[in-house]
Amino acid sequence: MADLRSTFVGIKSPNPFWLASAPPTDKEYNVVRAFKAGWGGVVWKTLGEDPNIVNVNGPRYGYVHGPDRRLIGLNNIELITDRPLQVNLDEITAVKKAWPDRAMVVSLMVPCEEKNWAGILKRVETTGCDGVELNFGCPHGMSERGMGSAVGQVPEYIEMVARWCKAHTRMPVIVKLTPNITDVRHPARAAKKGGADAVSLINTVSSIVSVDLDTFSPNPSIDGKGSHGGYCGPAVKPIALNMVAEIARDAETRGFPISGIGGITTWRDAAEFMTLGAGNVQVCTAAMTYGFKVVQEMISGLENWMDEKSHATLGDFVGRAVPNVTDWQYLNLNFVTKAKINQDLCIKCGRCHIVCEDTSHQAITSIVNGKRQFEVIDAECVGCNLCVSVCPVEDCIDMVEMATGVDPRTQRPISPGKSNWTAHPNNPGRKVAAE
Amino acid sequence: MAADDGIKAGRLPPEQYAKNFADLHAPLSRHEAAVEADRCYFCYDAPCITACPTGIDIPMFIRQIAAGNPKGSAKTILDANIMGGMCARVCPTETLCEQACVREAAEGKPVKIGQLQRFATDALMAVGTQPFKCAATTGKRVAIVGAGPAGLACAHRLAMHGHDVTMFDARPKSAGLNEYGIAAYKAVDNFAQREVDFILGIGGIKIETGKALGRDLTLDALTKDYDAVFLGMGLPGVNGLGVPGEDLKGVEDAIRFIAELRQTKDLAKLSVGRRIVVIGGGMTAIDVAVQSKLLGAEDVTILYRRGIEHMKASVYEQDLAQTKGVRIKHGLQPKAIIGEAGHVTAIECEYTSEKLGKLAGTGETLRIEADMVFKAIGQTFDGDPLGGLVALGSGRIKVDAERRTSAVKIWAGGDCIAGGKDLTVSAVEDGKQAAESINRFLTTAV
Repeated sequence: MADLRSTFVGIKSPNPFWLASAPPTDKEYNVVRAFKAGWGGVVWKTLGEDPNIVNVNGPRYGYVHGPDRRLIGLNNIELITDRPLQVNLDEITAVKKAWPDRAMVVSLMVPCEEKNWAGILKRVETTGCDGVELNFGCPHGMSERGMGSAVGQVPEYIEMVARWCKAHTRMPVIVKLTPNITDVRHPARAAKKGGADAVSLINTVSSIVSVDLDTFSPNPSIDGKGSHGGYCGPAVKPIALNMVAEIARDAETRGFPISGIGGITTWRDAAEFMTLGAGNVQVCTAAMTYGFKVVQEMISGLENWMDEKSHATLGDFVGRAVPNVTDWQYLNLNFVTKAKINQDLCIKCGRCHIVCEDTSHQAITSIVNGKRQFEVIDAECVGCNLCVSVCPVEDCIDMVEMATGVDPRTQRPISPGKSNWTAHPNNPGRKVAAE
Repeated sequence: MAADDGIKAGRLPPEQYAKNFADLHAPLSRHEAAVEADRCYFCYDAPCITACPTGIDIPMFIRQIAAGNPKGSAKTILDANIMGGMCARVCPTETLCEQACVREAAEGKPVKIGQLQRFATDALMAVGTQPFKCAATTGKRVAIVGAGPAGLACAHRLAMHGHDVTMFDARPKSAGLNEYGIAAYKAVDNFAQREVDFILGIGGIKIETGKALGRDLTLDALTKDYDAVFLGMGLPGVNGLGVPGEDLKGVEDAIRFIAELRQTKDLAKLSVGRRIVVIGGGMTAIDVAVQSKLLGAEDVTILYRRGIEHMKASVYEQDLAQTKGVRIKHGLQPKAIIGEAGHVTAIECEYTSEKLGKLAGTGETLRIEADMVFKAIGQTFDGDPLGGLVALGSGRIKVDAERRTSAVKIWAGGDCIAGGKDLTVSAVEDGKQAAESINRFLTTAV
């Protein structure tokens, strides 16, 4: 039976599933319910200095729905905790005492002065929590006041604050990064340089989810006006996966602990983050969509997969996909695939044909011998995978490797060796192979 | 003889009638429609379009529903089929578009095209705007005989082209079988007339009811008075059984009974037998059987002479009948209708067997008690009112692909033409094609 126990920057939890700092971890009531449901840990909703901030009194969330109102993306304009600091500290203390085996990390956001960080760290330490997370991620509201993503967008500030925090606390310090930057490696490097123990990412993406076409107000609408919010949920997962991978494979941050966040909804999402280098994961939107019980599926799914693949511990698969993430220039140009349509499974919707015909390479028939039939023309197929992407039938179209012979499209023999752009004759800057 | 025997009205508690004759399918809600619309794959050269006799761009209208544009969706439907609303209710979609749906092949659960079509057309009709305009008037005048689906479709398309249309119908109301011949639960809330009003909303169309060809009008005069004539008068006759006892009281034409039912305001006053036998295997047989049951008949049996696989009523319709408590017996043909004091009391039938496509009685018989027997074995065309002006084929009016008859200036469509499919949707297509052909004729003729 797979062992799901997790140790992340020295913080132990019975499983790698933590609730991210967000509305679900705002108070004792919710966090106790989460622990009862099985969550391995929480990052408590971001604390700030008194007087406590205030939230809008209108809608805080906007949504992107699929056709059955399935929540694909959620955005929010909620700020950090709006309760007095001491109330939160007392509750954190009580919960940690009652649930010693669960991870209790506290998210923090205060103005960029050393004394402010030193002050709040001292108070937070008294709760007995396991670590702190510096919220340099929230893109809305607090950023206007020079906090949140306003810090996360300036690597020098990240490094500076991380260094202050490490100087003023014995606890592990996790830096939560914003995706609202051009290259996530810079903030990650800064966190590491500042002495932080880990980064967590991604925080939410700056977004306007929709516009009301009757009132011309962005949603969520507060008295006819809207402000950009932070976007999260399944829609942001691919963006998050890439950012995690970028940090995991960067020479300067390789091996630096990462807590993966961004649209994790199932065990599979979690496993994918972890193979790309995340030591554990944090979840918010899935819980906000379905309640805390979702963690039970995540635990069971991850366990079953690990058993099937004989991964005894999380360490057996964390980071396993990292070496396979590379730059485009190193992709093997001698690798040739052709789409292959399984005629027994094909339901003849013709979507593969029309997308190939209209938008790609005219490589799929619509009529063969006078009959409606969709077949790949190998001489035209570039192996692009668009047909697979749009086919509604699972496993109906496969990308099949052509390992030997002549590619009927290029008329070139398929070479068994590997070759990439760095050595390609069309590359003006190609490197000539050493003699 | 039990007290309940015989033909009686008010077999049910008064409040039950409205329940029994309510909408067969509740309309889809906006959310249901969105979810169902999302199931459509937006196929390339979609098989459902080919399967629709009017060639509605089904993937497009479904996509318009999915995108929250039901009025645009309705326009897409009505562009091809001005009776998209009625067809959404009465089309045997399970043998047309939905049979061709790739999801039928994939999982046996086609997209509910008919119900989505109703969603869109209902949305437009609720607003009531006519999405089509008459072209500038051409001054040409077209007469249409029969204001049923074929005639109305023809009229609307002609009006779009700017021609002036006068329709004549023998009955007091227009809409033909939509008004008189379809099960009540398929077109509730006076839908047939509401649809006529919608179609006439384009303008340029006049309807004169109570005028029958051969009685009040002659084809000869029409061809002289108008620039073109379209015949869409349907099938006025009913096939006889050709067995003894057919003239007994209680032996009725299914079509006539359905028409009476449709025109009866208080169904509690409509008389129906306790034990009913329906002879036939088509939609009419199903419609009369189910409605008899819904009126409170105790036993309703459909007798079909051949194997069940030959029934013209779709499997869906058969299932519907059986769900409503109708018994379908096949491989039985009527031999004699038996009566007492001039009234039917039973039917004697004979088992059949089919060898090399030939149906023959086996000699073994079965007697089923009945106080009402409905004949639903098809309708017949009456060519007499045509005065010999157009040629017939297979007993109906012969037309070419453009629905031109043998006579210049005369077109025909709907059930009255040879090769007609006896479907509303086919009649609409006939009317539409004929109108296009008439338009070409009127605008190019020297």
